[in-house]
Amino acid sequence: MKKSIKYAAAVAAFTATAMNAQAATLDDVKARGELNCVVSTGVAGFAAPDDKGNWAGFDVDFCRAVAAAVLGDGEKVNFVPTTGKTRFTVLNSGEGDILFRNTTETMSRDADLKLTFLPVNYYDGQGFMAAKALGVESAKDLDGASICIQTGTTTELNLADYFRTNGISYEPVPVETNAEAQTNYLGGRCDVFTTDASGLASTRASFENPADHVILPEIISKEPLGGAVRHGDDQWADIGKWVVNAIIAAEELGVTQANVAEMGAEAGDNPSINRLLGTEGDFGSMIGLDAQWAMRAIAAGGNYGELFDRNIGPDTAIGLERGLNAQWSDGGILYAAPIR
Amino acid sequence: MNSGTSVGSTSSAAQQRNIVSRIWNDKETRSVIVQVVALVLLFAFFAFMIRNAVVNLEALGKGFSFSFLNTPANYDINQRLIEYDSRSTHWRAMQVGILNTLLVAFAGIVLSTILGFILGVLRLSKNWLTNKIAHIYIEYVRNVPVLLHILLVHGIMVHSLPRPKSAITLGETGFLTNRGLFMPKPLPEPLMWAVAALFVAGIIFAFLFRRWAKKVQDETGKVYPVFWISLFAVIVLPVLAFFLLGAPMAWENPELKGFNFRGGMVIRPEFIALWLALSFYTAAFIAEIVRAGILAVSHGQTEASLALGISRSRTLNLVVIPQALRVIVPPLSSQYLNITKNSSLAIAIGYMDITATIGGISLNQTGREMECMLIVMGLYLIFSLIISMFMNWYNNRIRLVER
Repeated sequence: MKKSIKYAAAVAAFTATAMNAQAATLDDVKARGELNCVVSTGVAGFAAPDDKGNWAGFDVDFCRAVAAAVLGDGEKVNFVPTTGKTRFTVLNSGEGDILFRNTTETMSRDADLKLTFLPVNYYDGQGFMAAKALGVESAKDLDGASICIQTGTTTELNLADYFRTNGISYEPVPVETNAEAQTNYLGGRCDVFTTDASGLASTRASFENPADHVILPEIISKEPLGGAVRHGDDQWADIGKWVVNAIIAAEELGVTQANVAEMGAEAGDNPSINRLLGTEGDFGSMIGLDAQWAMRAIAAGGNYGELFDRNIGPDTAIGLERGLNAQWSDGGILYAAPIR
Repeated sequence: MNSGTSVGSTSSAAQQRNIVSRIWNDKETRSVIVQVVALVLLFAFFAFMIRNAVVNLEALGKGFSFSFLNTPANYDINQRLIEYDSRSTHWRAMQVGILNTLLVAFAGIVLSTILGFILGVLRLSKNWLTNKIAHIYIEYVRNVPVLLHILLVHGIMVHSLPRPKSAITLGETGFLTNRGLFMPKPLPEPLMWAVAALFVAGIIFAFLFRRWAKKVQDETGKVYPVFWISLFAVIVLPVLAFFLLGAPMAWENPELKGFNFRGGMVIRPEFIALWLALSFYTAAFIAEIVRAGILAVSHGQTEASLALGISRSRTLNLVVIPQALRVIVPPLSSQYLNITKNSSLAIAIGYMDITATIGGISLNQTGREMECMLIVMGLYLIFSLIISMFMNWYNNRIRLVER
């Protein structure tokens, strides 16, 4: 008798969670008191656990900003590491609430895989890395090379297209994770490793002798990387979208982690800053949050520039330049929609 | 009137109870009822699961359709037995995967059987050292997960074999590198068909000759050297013909050009690693099966046969092995099934079998999880059923024929 009650309860609980997955994600996250954020299994600078087991990186900081905006604490994040293959299933099954995982926005992922993409937080493109000793100067010299690629990514498809259109032959060596790609590349199973240029820089930084490897000049694709949520919960998508916009806008408006508390204490002269930090208007409640949502998101890790410099900027081991990812006013294409 | 009705209804209720208890107490009817109920529940369960999947897919806005199989796959595959490029369809990619799975399963079955029989016999050896070495090998290999064996062999191949520029040369035209084993590719010339025809004819002849020789032996007791005559017909004659016809075969040799060897035939390290690891692993199990089979034949049989003056080798061939096979074959079938299914671990090292093509990259690039997984499961089911059918046929052939 007891057993059957237990089973019935388990079935009921299972059905309830299965149904809830489709309902309001915001309520689920609040009830749980924790944000389940889908990240990679480890790409240095973007999302990787440090030696103490704390997740850190550019993508991780966006997770924390969303958690801070929704739950009031950037530490209340449960990171769900996924491979390139499992990431969308994990998100779509409700195991994750939001995804920040070096993920390229594409039409089929948006429409067919039923994802809603958040604004692009890193403009990337696919590149190649090879050992300096090979003396390769351009991707066009790669005829006959063995190339390591992560399966289940857009890079796999770009690679096939690029080599086909240029009439170059190659041997694809499929690998599952970034770590496996590194062992295969360093072990000489492949001559070249290809992935997004940011990923190459991150991978190279973790090598023993980064200077022995060059990143080739060709960028063969557009890879707008952004966060994503499931289709069908527009309110939750709006929260993700405007947290990312707020982080980008904060840099443009000069709001930093250090001065956000002071600037948000009372309304100032700049109405844009006032609207962002909730001292004017009622923007927080439009997305189901309170007025200080953006303040908390910025206080968690800083504005876009701060996140970039701390995790992947020129002064870090990854050493990426801002390039396309500079603000539109500084010659880049980073352009947050206005909060008004 | 009233009381009469109530009495009637009570007695009919009692009658009904009686019928129910009679039906329930009848062993056969009860078993039918239980089976029907179980079957209905089972169907209800599957109906619920399927409906659940369909409803949830619809809720996500994903229809159930296999039409993606006709769209270009857009990815490349480095090891393939048939023509394929990135413009081929997912359907074609699936065929490449099927052939790769069958290749590694077949090669694995052959090698593991040979290794397993050798190890099983060594394990029974009276020589202490041989016996112990076989014992340690078997216990080590079968108690470590096969995935680790695969990763180990692959790791050794990639990290300890040289890169193409400093390849190990085998003969003049074979090269062993961490990118694979490069060998000359045979390009048959027209006269080669004559040799091939002779080979096929040799096989048919050997088969018929064996039957005829058996018949003669049954009738007259005269014994022909079947093995040597068959060997001559199948191997020696075609080889002789090959050279007499002036070796009608051209070879395309692999050559080091740029990054890699070009031309010739190549066996990739992923295939070799998967093949060797699966074979070593399964061979350990087969060895134990073979040992059990041989031990199952009572020693009295051998002694009786020797006492009749039958030679040792004929005792082994005619008395011990046929009886041992009856014990060996059924568990052997399940090892063959294991090797086929374990080949799906190929994905760990990037060997492009069905799990990696249609169940991996195609699934991922199209987002059709349900359809792709159904295809992959269906294919493994078909492979397993074919192996089972063949092994059952063989098992029937060698079973004890009662006269």
